[in-house]
Amino acid sequence: MIRFRDVSKWYGSFQVLDACNLEVNKGEVVVVCGPSGSGKSTLIKCANGLEPFQKGELTVDGISVGARGTNLPKLRARVGMVFQHFELFPHMSIRDNLALAQVKVLGRGRDEAVAKGLKLLDRVGLAAQAGKFPGQLSGGQQQRVAIARALAMDPICMLFDEPTSALDPEMINEVLEVMVELAREGMTMMCVTHEMGFAQKVAHRVVFMDQGRIVEDAPKAEFFGTPRSERAQLFLSKILHHV
Amino acid sequence: MNYHWNWGVFLARTPSGESTYLGWLLQGLWWTVALSLAAWALALLLGTIFGVLRTVPGRWLPGLGAAYVELFRNVPLLVQLFSWYFVMPELLPRAWGDAIKQLDPMLQQFLAAWLCLGTFTAARVAEQVRAGIGSLPRGQRAAGLALGLTLPQTYRHVLLPMSFRIIVPPLTSEFLNVFKNSAVASTIGLIELSRQSQQLVDYTAQPYEAFIAVTLLYLLVNVVVMGGMRWVESRSRVPGFIGSK
Ligand SMILES: Nc1ncnc2c1ncn2[C@@H]1O[C@H](COP(=O)(O)OP(=O)(O)OP(=O)(O)O)[C@@H](O)[C@H]1O
Ligand SMILES: [Mg+2]
Repeated sequence: MIRFRDVSKWYGSFQVLDACNLEVNKGEVVVVCGPSGSGKSTLIKCANGLEPFQKGELTVDGISVGARGTNLPKLRARVGMVFQHFELFPHMSIRDNLALAQVKVLGRGRDEAVAKGLKLLDRVGLAAQAGKFPGQLSGGQQQRVAIARALAMDPICMLFDEPTSALDPEMINEVLEVMVELAREGMTMMCVTHEMGFAQKVAHRVVFMDQGRIVEDAPKAEFFGTPRSERAQLFLSKILHHV
Repeated sequence: MNYHWNWGVFLARTPSGESTYLGWLLQGLWWTVALSLAAWALALLLGTIFGVLRTVPGRWLPGLGAAYVELFRNVPLLVQLFSWYFVMPELLPRAWGDAIKQLDPMLQQFLAAWLCLGTFTAARVAEQVRAGIGSLPRGQRAAGLALGLTLPQTYRHVLLPMSFRIIVPPLTSEFLNVFKNSAVASTIGLIELSRQSQQLVDYTAQPYEAFIAVTLLYLLVNVVVMGGMRWVESRSRVPGFIGSK
Protein backbone atom coordinates (compact mmCIF):
# COMPACT_ATOMS: atom_id res chain seq x y z
CA MET A 1 0.00 0.00 0.00
CA ILE A 2 2.74 2.47 1.04
CA ARG A 3 6.22 1.74 -0.26
CA PHE A 4 9.36 3.77 0.41
CA ARG A 5 12.33 2.84 -1.80
CA ASP A 6 15.62 4.47 -0.86
CA VAL A 7 13.90 7.73 -0.01
CA SER A 8 16.32 10.49 0.90
CA LYS A 9 15.62 14.06 1.84
CA TRP A 10 17.78 17.05 2.65
CA TYR A 11 17.06 20.37 4.28
CA GLY A 12 19.82 22.35 2.64
CA SER A 13 22.91 20.33 3.37
CA PHE A 14 21.35 18.54 6.33
CA GLN A 15 20.17 15.06 5.47
CA VAL A 16 16.91 14.29 7.28
CA LEU A 17 16.12 11.01 5.57
CA ASP A 18 18.82 8.63 4.48
CA ALA A 19 17.78 6.00 1.95
CA CYS A 20 14.70 4.87 3.83
CA ASN A 21 13.08 1.62 2.79
CA LEU A 22 9.74 0.73 4.23
CA GLU A 23 6.65 -1.10 3.17
CA VAL A 24 3.22 -0.94 4.72
CA ASN A 25 1.00 -3.61 3.25
CA LYS A 26 -2.74 -3.53 3.02
CA GLY A 27 -4.30 -4.15 6.40
CA GLU A 28 -1.00 -3.78 8.17
CA VAL A 29 -0.28 -1.60 11.19
CA VAL A 30 3.28 -0.32 11.28
CA VAL A 31 4.52 1.64 14.26
CA VAL A 32 7.43 4.01 13.75
CA CYS A 33 9.47 5.06 16.76
CA GLY A 34 12.81 6.66 17.43
CA PRO A 35 14.43 9.52 19.27
CA SER A 36 13.38 13.12 18.78
CA GLY A 37 14.71 14.62 15.56
CA SER A 38 15.32 11.25 13.95
CA GLY A 39 13.04 12.12 11.02
CA LYS A 40 9.82 10.29 11.90
CA SER A 41 7.52 13.21 11.16
CA THR A 42 9.40 13.97 7.99
CA LEU A 43 9.09 10.37 6.84
CA ILE A 44 5.37 10.19 7.44
CA LYS A 45 4.78 13.58 5.80
CA CYS A 46 6.55 12.36 2.70
CA ALA A 47 3.99 9.59 2.43
CA ASN A 48 1.22 12.00 1.39
CA GLY A 49 3.44 14.54 -0.28
CA LEU A 50 3.28 17.15 2.45
CA GLU A 51 7.08 17.13 2.41
CA PRO A 52 8.90 16.74 -0.89
CA PHE A 53 11.92 14.43 -1.03
CA GLN A 54 14.87 14.56 -3.36
CA LYS A 55 15.83 10.96 -3.98
CA GLY A 56 14.20 7.58 -4.13
CA GLU A 57 10.76 6.36 -4.93
CA LEU A 58 7.60 6.45 -2.91
CA THR A 59 4.30 4.99 -3.98
CA VAL A 60 0.91 4.89 -2.32
CA ASP A 61 -1.51 2.38 -3.76
CA GLY A 62 0.75 2.17 -6.78
CA ILE A 63 0.75 5.92 -7.39
CA SER A 64 4.09 7.68 -7.30
CA VAL A 65 4.03 10.48 -4.74
CA GLY A 66 7.13 12.22 -6.01
CA ALA A 67 6.32 12.15 -9.72
CA ARG A 68 5.64 15.50 -11.33
CA GLY A 69 2.34 14.60 -12.89
CA THR A 70 0.76 13.16 -9.75
CA ASN A 71 -2.41 14.86 -8.63
CA LEU A 72 -1.43 15.27 -4.99
CA PRO A 73 -4.74 16.64 -3.69
CA LYS A 74 -6.50 13.65 -5.18
CA LEU A 75 -4.01 11.26 -3.62
CA ARG A 76 -4.16 12.98 -0.23
CA ALA A 77 -7.92 12.78 -0.23
CA ARG A 78 -7.52 9.02 -0.04
CA VAL A 79 -4.89 9.05 2.68
CA GLY A 80 -6.07 10.06 6.14
CA MET A 81 -3.70 11.97 8.37
CA VAL A 82 -3.85 12.71 12.09
CA PHE A 83 -1.53 15.29 13.61
CA GLN A 84 0.09 15.72 16.98
CA HIS A 85 -1.78 18.96 17.59
CA PHE A 86 -5.12 17.82 16.15
CA GLU A 87 -5.34 20.74 13.71
CA LEU A 88 -9.09 21.00 13.70
CA PHE A 89 -10.24 24.20 12.04
CA PRO A 90 -11.08 26.46 14.99
CA HIS A 91 -13.60 28.69 13.22
CA MET A 92 -15.85 25.81 12.19
CA SER A 93 -18.20 23.72 14.23
CA ILE A 94 -17.28 20.08 14.66
CA ARG A 95 -19.98 19.25 12.13
CA ASP A 96 -18.43 21.56 9.54
CA ASN A 97 -14.92 20.32 10.28
CA LEU A 98 -16.14 16.88 9.31
CA ALA A 99 -18.11 18.01 6.28
CA LEU A 100 -15.72 20.52 4.65
CA ALA A 101 -13.43 18.23 2.67
CA GLN A 102 -16.21 15.76 1.89
CA VAL A 103 -18.05 18.56 0.16
CA LYS A 104 -15.14 20.49 -1.36
CA VAL A 105 -12.95 17.56 -2.33
CA LEU A 106 -15.23 14.58 -2.86
CA GLY A 107 -18.15 16.62 -4.10
CA ARG A 108 -20.63 15.05 -1.72
CA GLY A 109 -23.83 16.91 -1.02
CA ARG A 110 -23.87 18.82 2.22
CA ASP A 111 -26.58 16.71 3.83
CA GLU A 112 -24.83 13.52 2.92
CA ALA A 113 -21.52 14.86 4.24
CA VAL A 114 -23.07 15.97 7.51
CA ALA A 115 -24.81 12.64 7.96
CA LYS A 116 -21.60 10.76 7.31
CA GLY A 117 -19.78 13.03 9.75
CA LEU A 118 -22.34 12.43 12.45
CA LYS A 119 -22.07 8.70 11.98
CA LEU A 120 -18.32 8.83 12.47
CA LEU A 121 -18.65 11.20 15.41
CA ASP A 122 -20.91 8.66 16.99
CA ARG A 123 -18.33 6.02 16.36
CA VAL A 124 -15.68 7.95 18.30
CA GLY A 125 -18.22 8.63 21.03
CA LEU A 126 -18.78 12.31 20.36
CA ALA A 127 -22.16 12.49 18.67
CA ALA A 128 -23.36 15.01 21.24
CA GLN A 129 -20.59 17.49 20.38
CA ALA A 130 -21.46 18.09 16.72
CA GLY A 131 -22.60 21.67 17.26
CA LYS A 132 -19.63 22.71 19.37
CA PHE A 133 -16.40 24.34 18.23
CA PRO A 134 -12.94 22.77 18.59
CA GLY A 135 -11.93 25.23 21.29
CA GLN A 136 -14.76 23.95 23.45
CA LEU A 137 -13.53 20.36 23.48
CA SER A 138 -10.77 18.69 25.48
CA GLY A 139 -7.60 17.58 23.73
CA GLY A 140 -8.65 13.97 23.70
CA GLN A 141 -12.02 14.86 22.23
CA GLN A 142 -10.41 17.04 19.59
CA GLN A 143 -8.09 14.25 18.55
CA ARG A 144 -10.98 11.83 18.26
CA VAL A 145 -12.79 14.37 16.07
CA ALA A 146 -9.63 14.65 13.97
CA ILE A 147 -9.64 10.90 13.46
CA ALA A 148 -13.30 10.98 12.52
CA ARG A 149 -12.60 13.84 10.10
CA ALA A 150 -9.96 11.76 8.36
CA LEU A 151 -12.21 8.68 8.28
CA ALA A 152 -15.02 10.67 6.71
CA MET A 153 -13.02 10.70 3.49
CA ASP A 154 -13.12 6.88 3.33
CA PRO A 155 -9.33 6.67 3.29
CA ILE A 156 -7.46 3.63 2.00
CA CYS A 157 -4.87 4.09 4.75
CA MET A 158 -4.20 6.29 7.74
CA LEU A 159 -1.09 8.17 8.84
CA PHE A 160 -0.67 9.16 12.49
CA ASP A 161 2.08 11.50 13.67
CA GLU A 162 2.37 11.19 17.45
CA PRO A 163 -1.38 11.45 17.93
CA THR A 164 -1.23 11.22 21.71
CA SER A 165 1.94 13.06 22.61
CA ALA A 166 0.24 16.43 23.06
CA LEU A 167 -2.42 14.98 25.34
CA ASP A 168 -2.73 14.96 29.10
CA PRO A 169 -2.11 11.42 30.33
CA GLU A 170 -5.72 10.82 31.29
CA MET A 171 -6.84 11.46 27.71
CA ILE A 172 -4.36 9.22 25.95
CA ASN A 173 -6.39 6.08 26.33
CA GLU A 174 -9.58 7.40 24.80
CA VAL A 175 -7.64 8.16 21.63
CA LEU A 176 -5.68 4.92 21.65
CA GLU A 177 -8.92 2.97 22.03
CA VAL A 178 -10.25 4.50 18.85
CA MET A 179 -7.00 3.66 17.08
CA VAL A 180 -6.98 0.09 18.36
CA GLU A 181 -10.51 -0.41 17.15
CA LEU A 182 -9.57 0.98 13.77
CA ALA A 183 -6.60 -1.37 13.55
CA ARG A 184 -8.75 -4.34 14.48
CA GLU A 185 -11.13 -3.48 11.66
CA GLY A 186 -8.25 -3.92 9.26
CA MET A 187 -7.33 -0.32 8.49
CA THR A 188 -3.88 0.09 6.99
CA MET A 189 -2.01 2.31 9.42
CA MET A 190 1.37 3.94 9.71
CA CYS A 191 1.76 5.36 13.20
CA VAL A 192 4.55 7.42 14.63
CA THR A 193 4.12 6.85 18.32
CA HIS A 194 5.97 5.98 21.47
CA GLU A 195 2.95 4.25 22.96
CA MET A 196 4.50 0.82 23.11
CA GLY A 197 1.38 -0.57 24.70
CA PHE A 198 -0.45 0.31 21.50
CA ALA A 199 2.33 -1.28 19.45
CA GLN A 200 2.19 -4.45 21.54
CA LYS A 201 -1.55 -4.65 21.07
CA VAL A 202 -2.06 -4.08 17.37
CA ALA A 203 1.16 -3.45 15.47
CA HIS A 204 2.30 -5.96 12.92
CA ARG A 205 5.71 -4.39 12.58
CA VAL A 206 7.75 -1.88 14.47
CA VAL A 207 10.23 0.39 12.75
CA PHE A 208 12.98 2.15 14.63
CA MET A 209 14.53 5.29 13.17
CA ASP A 210 17.70 7.07 14.15
CA GLN A 211 19.37 10.02 12.47
CA GLY A 212 17.26 9.76 9.34
CA ARG A 213 17.85 6.06 8.88
CA ILE A 214 15.58 3.15 9.40
CA VAL A 215 17.80 1.02 11.58
CA GLU A 216 15.29 -1.61 12.55
CA ASP A 217 12.21 -2.96 10.84
CA ALA A 218 10.95 -6.11 12.47
CA PRO A 219 7.77 -7.98 13.28
CA LYS A 220 6.43 -6.87 16.62
CA ALA A 221 7.37 -9.97 18.59
CA GLU A 222 10.89 -9.92 17.26
CA PHE A 223 11.32 -6.22 17.89
CA PHE A 224 10.27 -6.38 21.50
CA GLY A 225 12.00 -9.71 22.02
CA THR A 226 15.40 -9.05 20.60
CA PRO A 227 15.94 -5.72 18.93
CA ARG A 228 19.15 -6.10 17.02
CA SER A 229 20.57 -2.62 17.11
CA GLU A 230 22.10 -1.20 20.23
CA ARG A 231 20.43 2.14 19.64
CA ALA A 232 17.03 0.52 19.52
CA GLN A 233 17.72 -1.42 22.70
CA LEU A 234 18.83 1.71 24.49
CA PHE A 235 15.84 3.63 23.22
CA LEU A 236 13.43 0.89 24.17
CA SER A 237 14.81 0.53 27.66
CA LYS A 238 14.43 4.27 28.11
CA ILE A 239 10.84 4.59 27.00
CA LEU A 240 9.67 1.33 28.51
CA HIS A 241 11.03 2.35 31.88
CA HIS A 242 9.60 5.75 31.41
CA VAL A 243 6.06 4.63 30.79
CA MET B 1 -10.35 87.83 22.15
CA ASN B 2 -12.95 89.33 19.91
CA TYR B 3 -13.85 86.52 17.69
CA HIS B 4 -17.45 86.69 16.58
CA TRP B 5 -18.98 83.29 16.95
CA ASN B 6 -21.62 82.71 14.37
CA TRP B 7 -23.02 79.21 14.22
CA GLY B 8 -25.69 80.43 11.90
CA VAL B 9 -23.07 80.55 9.16
CA PHE B 10 -23.80 76.98 8.23
CA LEU B 11 -27.29 77.84 7.13
CA ALA B 12 -26.20 80.86 5.13
CA ARG B 13 -26.30 80.61 1.34
CA THR B 14 -23.05 80.14 -0.52
CA PRO B 15 -22.09 82.86 -3.05
CA SER B 16 -23.37 80.80 -5.96
CA GLY B 17 -26.59 80.48 -4.01
CA GLU B 18 -27.48 76.94 -4.90
CA SER B 19 -26.50 75.51 -1.51
CA THR B 20 -25.80 76.36 2.11
CA TYR B 21 -22.37 76.11 3.68
CA LEU B 22 -23.63 73.09 5.59
CA GLY B 23 -24.51 71.65 2.20
CA TRP B 24 -20.88 72.11 1.17
CA LEU B 25 -19.66 70.25 4.20
CA LEU B 26 -22.10 67.41 3.67
CA GLN B 27 -21.06 67.19 0.05
CA GLY B 28 -17.46 66.96 1.23
CA LEU B 29 -18.44 64.28 3.71
CA TRP B 30 -20.15 62.36 0.93
CA TRP B 31 -17.03 62.37 -1.23
CA THR B 32 -14.81 61.47 1.69
CA VAL B 33 -16.99 58.52 2.60
CA ALA B 34 -17.43 57.36 -0.99
CA LEU B 35 -13.70 57.62 -1.68
CA SER B 36 -12.72 55.89 1.54
CA LEU B 37 -15.16 53.01 1.20
CA ALA B 38 -14.19 52.41 -2.42
CA ALA B 39 -10.49 52.59 -1.54
CA TRP B 40 -11.01 50.23 1.39
CA ALA B 41 -12.71 47.67 -0.82
CA LEU B 42 -9.80 47.84 -3.27
CA ALA B 43 -7.30 47.65 -0.39
CA LEU B 44 -8.94 44.54 1.06
CA LEU B 45 -8.94 42.82 -2.30
CA LEU B 46 -5.35 43.67 -3.30
CA GLY B 47 -4.07 43.40 0.26
CA THR B 48 -5.45 39.90 0.60
CA ILE B 49 -3.95 38.83 -2.71
CA PHE B 50 -0.47 40.22 -2.01
CA GLY B 51 -0.55 39.18 1.64
CA VAL B 52 -1.37 35.63 0.60
CA LEU B 53 1.36 35.69 -2.04
CA ARG B 54 3.90 36.44 0.65
CA THR B 55 3.00 33.22 2.43
CA VAL B 56 2.82 30.72 -0.43
CA PRO B 57 5.67 28.25 -1.04
CA GLY B 58 8.34 29.07 -3.57
CA ARG B 59 10.40 32.17 -4.27
CA TRP B 60 8.80 34.17 -7.04
CA LEU B 61 5.33 34.76 -5.67
CA PRO B 62 6.47 35.74 -2.16
CA GLY B 63 9.03 38.02 -3.81
CA LEU B 64 6.32 39.64 -5.86
CA GLY B 65 4.25 40.21 -2.72
CA ALA B 66 7.23 41.71 -0.91
CA ALA B 67 8.06 43.98 -3.83
CA TYR B 68 4.51 45.31 -3.88
CA VAL B 69 4.54 46.08 -0.19
CA GLU B 70 7.94 47.78 -0.28
CA LEU B 71 7.02 49.90 -3.27
CA PHE B 72 3.70 51.18 -1.98
CA ARG B 73 4.74 51.54 1.63
CA ASN B 74 7.94 53.44 1.06
CA VAL B 75 6.93 56.04 -1.50
CA PRO B 76 5.25 59.06 0.16
CA LEU B 77 1.51 59.07 -0.28
CA LEU B 78 1.48 62.49 -1.90
CA VAL B 79 4.01 61.41 -4.52
CA GLN B 80 1.89 58.36 -5.24
CA LEU B 81 -1.19 60.53 -5.64
CA PHE B 82 0.53 62.88 -8.09
CA SER B 83 1.82 59.87 -9.99
CA TRP B 84 -1.65 58.43 -10.36
CA TYR B 85 -3.15 61.79 -11.26
CA PHE B 86 -0.56 63.36 -13.53
CA VAL B 87 1.71 60.54 -14.70
CA MET B 88 -0.50 57.47 -15.04
CA PRO B 89 -2.68 58.83 -17.91
CA GLU B 90 0.53 59.58 -19.85
CA LEU B 91 1.90 56.08 -19.37
CA LEU B 92 -1.23 54.30 -20.51
CA PRO B 93 -1.83 53.53 -24.18
CA ARG B 94 -2.74 56.77 -25.95
CA ALA B 95 -6.42 55.96 -26.37
CA TRP B 96 -6.87 55.11 -22.70
CA GLY B 97 -5.03 58.18 -21.51
CA ASP B 98 -7.16 60.37 -23.73
CA ALA B 99 -10.31 58.68 -22.53
CA ILE B 100 -9.34 59.45 -18.94
CA LYS B 101 -8.56 63.06 -19.74
CA GLN B 102 -11.99 63.47 -21.28
CA LEU B 103 -13.72 62.33 -18.13
CA ASP B 104 -15.44 64.81 -15.88
CA PRO B 105 -12.61 66.42 -13.83
CA MET B 106 -14.31 65.32 -10.63
CA LEU B 107 -14.24 61.74 -11.86
CA GLN B 108 -10.58 62.00 -12.86
CA GLN B 109 -9.72 63.22 -9.39
CA PHE B 110 -11.80 60.50 -7.79
CA LEU B 111 -10.25 57.80 -9.94
CA ALA B 112 -6.69 58.86 -9.15
CA ALA B 113 -7.43 59.23 -5.44
CA TRP B 114 -9.21 55.88 -5.35
CA LEU B 115 -6.34 54.00 -6.99
CA CYS B 116 -3.83 55.83 -4.85
CA LEU B 117 -5.49 55.22 -1.50
CA GLY B 118 -6.54 51.70 -2.45
CA THR B 119 -3.11 50.51 -3.56
CA PHE B 120 -1.33 52.32 -0.72
CA THR B 121 -3.61 50.86 1.93
CA ALA B 122 -3.42 47.45 0.26
CA ALA B 123 0.29 47.31 1.10
CA ARG B 124 -0.55 47.82 4.74
CA VAL B 125 -3.42 45.32 4.62
CA ALA B 126 -1.08 42.82 2.95
CA GLU B 127 1.27 43.07 5.91
CA GLN B 128 -1.58 42.38 8.31
CA VAL B 129 -2.84 39.45 6.26
CA ARG B 130 0.63 37.98 6.14
CA ALA B 131 1.04 38.39 9.89
CA GLY B 132 -2.38 36.83 10.47
CA ILE B 133 -1.57 33.79 8.37
CA GLY B 134 1.85 33.56 9.99
CA SER B 135 0.29 33.51 13.44
CA LEU B 136 -1.70 30.36 12.71
CA PRO B 137 -0.18 27.05 13.76
CA ARG B 138 1.83 25.64 10.85
CA GLY B 139 -0.14 22.43 11.01
CA GLN B 140 -3.32 24.16 9.82
CA ARG B 141 -2.08 24.39 6.26
CA ALA B 142 -0.85 20.78 6.41
CA ALA B 143 -4.22 19.66 7.78
CA GLY B 144 -6.11 21.33 4.95
CA LEU B 145 -3.82 19.87 2.32
CA ALA B 146 -3.84 16.44 3.96
CA LEU B 147 -7.61 16.32 3.54
CA GLY B 148 -7.17 16.75 -0.18
CA LEU B 149 -7.99 20.44 -0.38
CA THR B 150 -5.93 22.29 -2.96
CA LEU B 151 -3.70 25.12 -1.78
CA PRO B 152 -6.20 27.80 -2.90
CA GLN B 153 -9.01 25.89 -1.17
CA THR B 154 -6.89 25.63 1.96
CA TYR B 155 -6.43 29.40 1.95
CA ARG B 156 -10.06 30.06 1.18
CA HIS B 157 -11.61 27.74 3.76
CA VAL B 158 -8.96 27.23 6.43
CA LEU B 159 -6.25 29.89 6.61
CA LEU B 160 -7.96 33.13 5.59
CA PRO B 161 -11.15 32.85 7.64
CA MET B 162 -9.10 32.43 10.79
CA SER B 163 -6.47 35.01 9.83
CA PHE B 164 -9.07 37.67 9.18
CA ARG B 165 -10.66 37.06 12.55
CA ILE B 166 -7.30 37.54 14.20
CA ILE B 167 -6.49 40.77 12.37
CA VAL B 168 -9.79 42.61 12.79
CA PRO B 169 -8.29 45.04 15.37
CA PRO B 170 -5.31 46.16 13.23
CA LEU B 171 -7.57 46.28 10.18
CA THR B 172 -9.86 48.63 12.07
CA SER B 173 -7.07 51.13 12.49
CA GLU B 174 -6.10 50.78 8.82
CA PHE B 175 -9.72 51.44 7.89
CA LEU B 176 -9.70 54.60 10.02
CA ASN B 177 -6.42 55.63 8.37
CA VAL B 178 -8.09 55.49 4.98
CA PHE B 179 -10.50 58.21 6.06
CA LYS B 180 -7.68 60.35 7.42
CA ASN B 181 -5.49 59.77 4.37
CA SER B 182 -8.36 60.59 2.04
CA ALA B 183 -7.67 64.23 2.86
CA VAL B 184 -4.70 64.12 0.45
CA ALA B 185 -7.24 64.04 -2.35
CA SER B 186 -7.84 67.72 -1.67
CA THR B 187 -4.40 68.44 -3.15
CA ILE B 188 -5.59 67.42 -6.58
CA GLY B 189 -8.83 69.29 -6.11
CA LEU B 190 -11.33 66.65 -5.05
CA ILE B 191 -13.94 68.44 -2.97
CA GLU B 192 -13.78 66.05 -0.05
CA LEU B 193 -14.41 67.01 3.54
CA SER B 194 -11.13 68.69 4.45
CA ARG B 195 -11.14 70.76 1.28
CA GLN B 196 -14.69 71.89 1.86
CA SER B 197 -13.86 73.01 5.37
CA GLN B 198 -10.94 74.99 3.98
CA GLN B 199 -13.28 76.58 1.45
CA LEU B 200 -15.65 77.42 4.23
CA VAL B 201 -12.89 79.27 6.06
CA ASP B 202 -11.95 81.16 2.92
CA TYR B 203 -15.48 82.22 2.15
CA THR B 204 -16.91 82.93 5.59
CA ALA B 205 -13.91 83.87 7.73
CA GLN B 206 -15.38 81.72 10.49
CA PRO B 207 -12.49 79.24 10.93
CA TYR B 208 -13.44 78.01 14.38
CA GLU B 209 -16.93 76.98 13.42
CA ALA B 210 -15.67 75.35 10.26
CA PHE B 211 -12.92 73.38 11.95
CA ILE B 212 -15.07 72.33 14.87
CA ALA B 213 -17.75 71.14 12.48
CA VAL B 214 -15.31 69.23 10.33
CA THR B 215 -13.66 67.67 13.37
CA LEU B 216 -17.03 66.49 14.59
CA LEU B 217 -17.80 64.99 11.20
CA TYR B 218 -14.49 63.07 11.11
CA LEU B 219 -15.18 61.97 14.67
CA LEU B 220 -18.60 60.76 13.67
CA VAL B 221 -17.05 58.73 10.87
CA ASN B 222 -14.61 57.20 13.35
CA VAL B 223 -17.34 56.24 15.75
CA VAL B 224 -19.37 54.63 12.99
CA VAL B 225 -16.37 52.71 11.63
CA MET B 226 -15.32 51.50 15.05
CA GLY B 227 -18.86 50.46 15.86
CA GLY B 228 -19.09 48.63 12.56
CA MET B 229 -15.82 46.82 13.05
CA ARG B 230 -16.73 45.90 16.60
CA TRP B 231 -19.92 44.41 15.24
CA VAL B 232 -17.89 42.43 12.69
CA GLU B 233 -15.59 41.27 15.46
CA SER B 234 -18.38 40.06 17.67
CA ARG B 235 -20.20 38.43 14.78
CA SER B 236 -17.11 36.48 13.81
CA ARG B 237 -16.02 35.50 17.30
CA VAL B 238 -15.05 31.85 17.49
CA PRO B 239 -16.50 30.00 20.47
CA GLY B 240 -13.81 28.61 22.76
CA PHE B 241 -10.97 30.20 20.83
CA ILE B 242 -8.34 31.95 22.90
CA GLY B 243 -5.41 33.84 21.44
CA SER B 244 -3.92 33.09 18.08
CA LYS B 245 -1.59 30.19 18.79
N1 LIG C 1 11.68 22.81 7.82
C1 LIG C 1 12.84 22.31 8.31
N2 LIG C 1 14.00 22.91 7.98
C2 LIG C 1 15.18 22.42 8.46
N3 LIG C 1 15.29 21.35 9.26
C3 LIG C 1 14.16 20.72 9.62
C4 LIG C 1 12.87 21.17 9.17
N4 LIG C 1 11.93 20.35 9.68
C5 LIG C 1 12.60 19.44 10.42
N5 LIG C 1 13.93 19.66 10.39
C6 LIG C 1 14.97 18.85 11.04
O1 LIG C 1 14.86 17.53 10.57
C7 LIG C 1 15.09 16.60 11.59
C8 LIG C 1 13.96 15.62 11.65
O2 LIG C 1 12.78 16.27 12.04
P1 LIG C 1 11.44 15.50 12.34
O3 LIG C 1 10.42 16.49 12.74
O4 LIG C 1 11.14 14.61 11.20
O5 LIG C 1 11.87 14.60 13.58
P2 LIG C 1 10.95 13.67 14.49
O6 LIG C 1 11.60 12.35 14.51
O7 LIG C 1 9.54 13.76 14.08
O8 LIG C 1 11.16 14.33 15.90
P3 LIG C 1 10.09 14.53 17.08
O9 LIG C 1 10.07 13.25 17.84
O10 LIG C 1 10.70 15.64 17.87
O11 LIG C 1 8.78 14.89 16.47
C9 LIG C 1 15.28 17.39 12.87
O12 LIG C 1 16.66 17.46 13.15
C10 LIG C 1 14.75 18.74 12.53
O13 LIG C 1 15.47 19.73 13.22
MG1 LIG D 1 7.76 14.57 14.93
